[in-house]
Amino acid sequence: MTEGVALLTVFVLAVFVGFEVVSKVSSTLHTPLMSGANAIHGVILVGSVIVAGTADEAGVLVVALIAVVLATLNLVGGFVVTDRMLEMFGGKRPPDAPAQSSASAQLPAKEGGE
Amino acid sequence: MIPVWAQVCYVVAAVCFILALKGLSSPKSARRGNLIGAFGALLAVVVTFIAYDIDNLGWILAAVAVGAIGGAWGARRVAMTAMPQLVALFNGVGGGAAALVALLELSEPARAGLVKPDGFFNNDAGWFAYSPLNDESGGHSLEELERLAQLLTTGTLTATAFTILIGAVSFSGSVITFLKLQELMTGRPITFPGGPFVFGGVLVAALGLGVWTVATGSVTLAIILAIVGLLAGVLLVLPVGGADVPIVISLLNAFTGLAVAAGGYVLENALLLVAGTLVGASGTILTRAMARAMGRSVSSILFGAFKGGSTAGGGEASDRPVRSAGPDDVAIMLAYARRVIVVPGYGLAVAQAQHTIRELVDLLEKRGVEVGYAIHPVAGRMPGHMNVLLAEANVPYEQLLEMDTANGQLRTADVALVVGANDVVNPAARTSPGSPIYGMPILDADHAGAIVFLKRSMRPGFAGIENELLFDPKTTLLFGDAKASLTALVTALKSL
Repeated sequence: MTEGVALLTVFVLAVFVGFEVVSKVSSTLHTPLMSGANAIHGVILVGSVIVAGTADEAGVLVVALIAVVLATLNLVGGFVVTDRMLEMFGGKRPPDAPAQSSASAQLPAKEGGE
Repeated sequence: MIPVWAQVCYVVAAVCFILALKGLSSPKSARRGNLIGAFGALLAVVVTFIAYDIDNLGWILAAVAVGAIGGAWGARRVAMTAMPQLVALFNGVGGGAAALVALLELSEPARAGLVKPDGFFNNDAGWFAYSPLNDESGGHSLEELERLAQLLTTGTLTATAFTILIGAVSFSGSVITFLKLQELMTGRPITFPGGPFVFGGVLVAALGLGVWTVATGSVTLAIILAIVGLLAGVLLVLPVGGADVPIVISLLNAFTGLAVAAGGYVLENALLLVAGTLVGASGTILTRAMARAMGRSVSSILFGAFKGGSTAGGGEASDRPVRSAGPDDVAIMLAYARRVIVVPGYGLAVAQAQHTIRELVDLLEKRGVEVGYAIHPVAGRMPGHMNVLLAEANVPYEQLLEMDTANGQLRTADVALVVGANDVVNPAARTSPGSPIYGMPILDADHAGAIVFLKRSMRPGFAGIENELLFDPKTTLLFGDAKASLTALVTALKSL
């Protein structure tokens, strides 16, 4: 049960972090933020892989593989579509924003790899 | 059970997700934030393959490849106008995956011959009944049996039932939002007599089934629970009016997050718990922020149609007299104005006329007309959608005016050019308390010297309500597809 309590603690702390981290967002970014958050819950892929990896019956494996496909769609599609949205904001930042595209260039389209 | 190094990697991935959400909250760091999130996800998935004892590796990798190719293909190919429904779809399949994972976890002890001991509040993981009839389960180690028994404790079963129910709601609800936005079904609220009672009944049934599932650990009950959840998701979204659908996507996004978090509890996987919770919490805040941008509350969106307050409306074309003009007349109005404010709406995007409007604006600027775009927070189909669409057409960021600035400038503008927008300039939001959009902040196009509407027909906008501004004496209408009308305006301007 201590394991359960530890997870509960993590849960409560994560709630506060989740509230705090998006508390001030301009409406311009609502759509990409929602899409990005949507991609993040695609990590259910981790759970799908674990379950599929322990499947010992054909029926169970089939259902688990469906879960893997669905979760990967969510994860990969989510990050790619968010990137596509944000790409359009790319070159047209307001003039007062410092150019800092070098940082984003260092992580080349990793999301295709999952 | 999982090696320490893998757990450390999971912590790194969780931090990546937090940084991703943080980054996405600011225009400067948004794209980098998204890439950090993608990196975190990649790390988590790779670590899982190495750290866990994964059988069926070939099948799993094939399934991942199918999902990855399908997801990337869909995301790359989709037209920017259709993006909200794609996000809804991705969200739905995530919820579906979470529900399936929870169902399979629940079936594990049953397949090993374990049943939950009697007693609802029996939390002792050690007290399980082992059925000697099932010989195949004899191969389980003590550690494995303990893990399986843990799955049958009340705490874990509660999380399991929650994941199954919420995942199913999110899946079917997202599918309905997809159908509505894709216009495969009507975007208007669908209500039927006794709807609230049916919905209430389904919720009570879901709750009862959930408790029963927790009490017995029965897989059959859990499957019925999933089906009831699917039904609840459909009933939840059907009565939501077209313009409110994006907010429901955001809400279902938060739901999926919570389902994933509960799934993390079931699997004792802290990363899933953190990631799901982050999305659940931030999604809730975001849903409220979106609703506020539209001047609505989340409960009025969900239950508004039941009370008759949603964006209902007839969707009928009105036959009241309006003043319409040809492209040449409108071109003259624009060319000799000092200040023109363009109010773009979803119709502009549907007609793929972003590029043509920019051409028109460039021409006007060359003539010395001051031009700006007034961007309503919910122009398009989602908050921020219009910014994305105009950015696609290379409209300079400085020309995009946020609502407060735009309303200041509209007061002194000679012409407000409303292209494919309707509800966001409807003065009923200010003046008629009975209107479904009453209280929504709008762009004060009616304060401009003259108003020009480019409209396909007299049909009302997405919210399905008539716009008084169309009948204003200051208003001129130019009928036709937005792109065709704009092209005609460009031609007329060039020949002036």
